[in-house]
Amino acid sequence: MGIRLLINLARFVVTYVIATVAVFLFMRAIPGDPAQIALGVNATPELLAKTRAEFGTDRPLIVQYFDWALGLPTGNFGTSYVTRQDISPLIVDRVQVSLILVLLAMVLALAIAIPFGTYAAVKHRNPSGIIVSGISQVGVAIPNFLAGILLVVVFAVGLGWLPANGWTPPGEDFGDFISRVVLPVLALASVQGAILTRYVRSAVMEVMNEDYLRTARSKGLGKLESLIKHGLRNASIPVLTVTSVQLAALIIGAVVIERVFVIPGLGSMLLDAVGNRDLLTVQSVVMVLVAITLIINLVVDVLYTILDPRIRKGA
Amino acid sequence: MKEKKNYSRLAATVLVGSLALTACSAGSGGTSSEGSAENTSVTVALTGEPVNLDFTTTAGAAIPQALMSNVYEGLVEIDQEGKIQPLLAESWELSNGNKTYTFKLREGATFSNGEAFTADDVKFSIERVQSDDWVSSLKTKMEIVDSVDVLSDSEVAITLKQPSNAWLFDMGTLVGAMFDPSGVDELASTAIGTGPYEIDAWNRGQSIELATRDDYWGEKPQVEKVSLRYFADAVATTNALQSGDVDVVYNMQSPELLSRFESNDKYQVLDGTSNGEIVLSMNNKKAPFDDKRVRQAVMYAIDRQAVVDTAWNGYGTVVGGPVPTTDPYYEDLNDIYPYDPEKAKALLKEAGAENLQITFKVPTRPYATAVSEIVVSQLADVGIDAKIESSEFPAVWLDEVFTKHDYQMSVVLAVESRDVLAMFNNPDYYLGYDNSGIEELAAKADAADEAGYVDGMKKVVRTIVDDAAADTLFIFPNIVVAKAEVTGIPANSVTEALDMTNIGWK
Repeated sequence: MGIRLLINLARFVVTYVIATVAVFLFMRAIPGDPAQIALGVNATPELLAKTRAEFGTDRPLIVQYFDWALGLPTGNFGTSYVTRQDISPLIVDRVQVSLILVLLAMVLALAIAIPFGTYAAVKHRNPSGIIVSGISQVGVAIPNFLAGILLVVVFAVGLGWLPANGWTPPGEDFGDFISRVVLPVLALASVQGAILTRYVRSAVMEVMNEDYLRTARSKGLGKLESLIKHGLRNASIPVLTVTSVQLAALIIGAVVIERVFVIPGLGSMLLDAVGNRDLLTVQSVVMVLVAITLIINLVVDVLYTILDPRIRKGA
Repeated sequence: MKEKKNYSRLAATVLVGSLALTACSAGSGGTSSEGSAENTSVTVALTGEPVNLDFTTTAGAAIPQALMSNVYEGLVEIDQEGKIQPLLAESWELSNGNKTYTFKLREGATFSNGEAFTADDVKFSIERVQSDDWVSSLKTKMEIVDSVDVLSDSEVAITLKQPSNAWLFDMGTLVGAMFDPSGVDELASTAIGTGPYEIDAWNRGQSIELATRDDYWGEKPQVEKVSLRYFADAVATTNALQSGDVDVVYNMQSPELLSRFESNDKYQVLDGTSNGEIVLSMNNKKAPFDDKRVRQAVMYAIDRQAVVDTAWNGYGTVVGGPVPTTDPYYEDLNDIYPYDPEKAKALLKEAGAENLQITFKVPTRPYATAVSEIVVSQLADVGIDAKIESSEFPAVWLDEVFTKHDYQMSVVLAVESRDVLAMFNNPDYYLGYDNSGIEELAAKADAADEAGYVDGMKKVVRTIVDDAAADTLFIFPNIVVAKAEVTGIPANSVTEALDMTNIGWK
């Protein structure tokens, strides 16, 4: 297990370094001069040169890269071209908002997916199971921003039950936080829940066909009882894999949902920074997202070894 | 089995604990719901959040929109009709062959950090624009100032290199903002001015909260708080208005959403004017638009009223020249190039430019995409095949069109106030207009008395339009949608400022 963890850590570092190079080069390749955007129309060449020097964008690329990349491990992301402030505290502020949103959505999605997916699997020959399965199929096909817009149109603008958008931190006014977080979380979770339901259903169905379940049932255990006692742990591994992949997808999906619901998370920060060609901020936000994704993978790998002793011993 | 349970309980505790921890500080401040506080606060929805608070180094309308008139004030201000009114200066006199302005300053004005506003601050502020500390391109507007002399605490004499009508107007815009020497250290995040409001909180990505100052020199605003809330697009703003989260949507950029408000007594729709011109630009230095006849053909080919009706639901004023209706030298110039496709075809034939193919770089802004479709179809009617090429705004557009002049036709909203000379009196500008016919006229007009200024500028503008330098499609409307009970909303957007001094409730 120790070696496995070490290999994973090494993989983490290599992937991360490659990602920094890719993100850096990509941001330099797209057209747009941050100094020009900061100064706007009527900027004179002298002012532009001065601003480029101030931003440091007139230095050789390799110098700019190391200047930025070497700061990353220490959490020093540099100074934003547009806000003229340190990027790290701004990211810390935004990442909390996004994490709350994503984690709430994931918990809700799993709370939907596990019972419904299991039900659809157990009852896969009954009309009720087929209906659950069909609904989840429809849910998979809806992009989450569309779900968001529909929720706003119905519940905020139409019925007036909830605010259409905005964000209140839970520590400030918990009631208001809940009223504002319901729709975006629903928008994210409904689509994710539908996707996960399908995976849970197929994982459970696969397990139900295994010999050991047949053995358990022949020994007199009921369908559900045998599934819970012997099947769930085995079904949980593919579900965990999908959940980790979907968690990363959810973070990306949150970018759009944050836009629709005017939530000050990492996603809206990223979109604004791209528009303003705030290169360092874009790079840093992307690297935070990369880090989160890689950390999820690491954690999931540890969870595998806990769930499945064969993986632990295999390494 | 028992041990495992403990693990999961521990995991759950950690998860809940960390959520609770993040919960306490996440998002830094937020959207306060009004409810009973409705009469003491107003929430205004805007699109385009300031990236920082420092308009001395950062371009764009968002920063002065939030801060000018509210937090910062100038010696003079521009009223809703575009006229110059006293603000921090009670009065002024012209002497020395119209070159010296002697301002008498208002007594008792203070900055929000407690410092008194005096003539020294005027000198400091103007000289700071001229120094290297200002990197905004607008600083050129202060180049004309020769010297600032402090006569007493409440009197200051400003001498110009030559007489200028434009300068006093500019003093009512952001270059004329008055700063305190001890209040400019962190302009990007801290704004200290003499205005009726100070910044109470800035929740990045969400809102700027303005709070009324107790020690403001003038009449106190009706409300105690104004919340400027920022949204990504027009749909989000109207959704927020309908669900009761905001009271006013200012400068609404999606007129097709208006119908549901126009017919509802709970809301008011104000159709104000702005100083933004939608300019259909043609690269005067490049074929085919280096030929005046081809540019004229475009002017005749486009039915500007149809453009407004189709692209912007009829909101906006068709004026025929690059001058907003609130400028003193405005006149209706629609008759110079009326809609006449036959004449356009004849001119194109004469210029040998039949079956013309051009590219049309359209910035990624709602107004631009809306306008481009109808323009392309009208150009097609006279035999010009315009191919739309989308250009990300601002990054790519500024780079390709504005800086490299790599374009044939484009369309953009020019928002700066009194910008006709900035656009046309500079051959190196992206329009590439040959200004030899207006340069002298413009200089004379600026130095003349007020009547001479207006007459001279009218001649300048007529020359520009005669030369078909660019087609001003329409003056951009400043559409405001608000709850019916909100009063004192400045419907016209004459400078960058969104003046919240008079806003209140019925």
